[in-house]
Amino acid sequence: MVNDSREKGRLTRETILAALETVKDPEIPTVSIVDLGLIYDVRVKDEEVEVDFAPTFVGCPALHAMEQAIVERIQSLGARSVQVRRVYRPPWTADRMNERARQALRELGIAPPRPVPAEITLAVFEKLPCPFCGSNDTRMENLFGPTSCRALFYCNTCQQPFEAFKPL
Amino acid sequence: MGNLSRMPDSLREAVGSLLLAMADEEVLIGHRDSEWVGHAPILEADIAIASIAQDEIGHAILWYSLLQELGWPDPDRMAYFRNPQEFRNATLVELPRGDWAFTVVRQFLFDFAEKVRLEALMSSAWAPLAEAATKVRREETYHLMHSRAWIARLGDATEESHQRMQAALDLAWPHALGLFESAPGEALRVAEGIQPSEAELRARWEAEVRPILEAASLVIPQAEPIYGGRTGRHTEHLTSLLADFQLVARSGLGETW
Repeated sequence: MVNDSREKGRLTRETILAALETVKDPEIPTVSIVDLGLIYDVRVKDEEVEVDFAPTFVGCPALHAMEQAIVERIQSLGARSVQVRRVYRPPWTADRMNERARQALRELGIAPPRPVPAEITLAVFEKLPCPFCGSNDTRMENLFGPTSCRALFYCNTCQQPFEAFKPL
Repeated sequence: MGNLSRMPDSLREAVGSLLLAMADEEVLIGHRDSEWVGHAPILEADIAIASIAQDEIGHAILWYSLLQELGWPDPDRMAYFRNPQEFRNATLVELPRGDWAFTVVRQFLFDFAEKVRLEALMSSAWAPLAEAATKVRREETYHLMHSRAWIARLGDATEESHQRMQAALDLAWPHALGLFESAPGEALRVAEGIQPSEAELRARWEAEVRPILEAASLVIPQAEPIYGGRTGRHTEHLTSLLADFQLVARSGLGETW
């Protein structure tokens, strides 16, 4: 597979973006970094590739693993060099996730974020739909969870704890 | 202003001295917060303080990375291989973690100091700093919600909680004023639009924290600021903190993992 893809002309912005669909956030292993909206730009020039990559949270310990996976995936397409640049402008927001990412989060038991308001207040967590049963009768238990980007909730209807991706 | 090659050396030094104070404060408060992992009063608090510690250390790496662009050594070298007198943090963040009341009071004072500083730096004339400040400010929203909630919860809950919170505030307040000690090069940074003056930032910070503390029945002490951190004069606590924090890296065992 690696050799097959080492043909000249296959290294384009589009083929690279398609290939990056297989690179996942290791802490959310069913969602690709493209669907999460973390790839801002890809530039190709003479088999040299530059990727603009936006962190969700700056302190996320999975950043290095994702950057390494991006480099390896693009090298497998025949790139001579791959540079991953961390970019902060515009800051990543949860609005960049596409519907495929949101659906994959729900299937993992993580409620996807609502549209992000200009000023984030506790109101964004009120009546957040439960990813298991869809009920709005839920409550936020902890602003912080197992990763920087997740908070802990409880569903009063199906009596399941669940996680939610934080609006950012 | 984003072009480093056009930045005169005097301005590069001045911007670096601001970044160094910010980075050192983040990494040290992150370390103090991490000391609670497995010890916080309830499980939710344990998860929260661990997550906050991770965020603050992540922010430290970001500020150290900007410093590296300006010609300083890499982030690991900065964090693990400098001696206490080379750190430029305010003494607030090096004080021992104390009880839970002290931890949440210190975090509250620090989070709001970060808030006003980041909001000012979002329009800094040095574009990389403005961009990073914009990013970090969004993340800090969750720290602000967290520390504010603890002030309201413990400030006047019981006699004991009130006494502990007041004692924490009495200890922390003069050290917190040190967050606004002038770092070398301030006049140049202000003149070049890198930041507003520290006096201005302190005024904005007091306007935010005083009403929240007073609403929780806490009395703000009359105290002079404890300065010295910005010139490397620290309490004895920084030495023991660094002995712990830097042990693995300095033992030579941490070269590869």
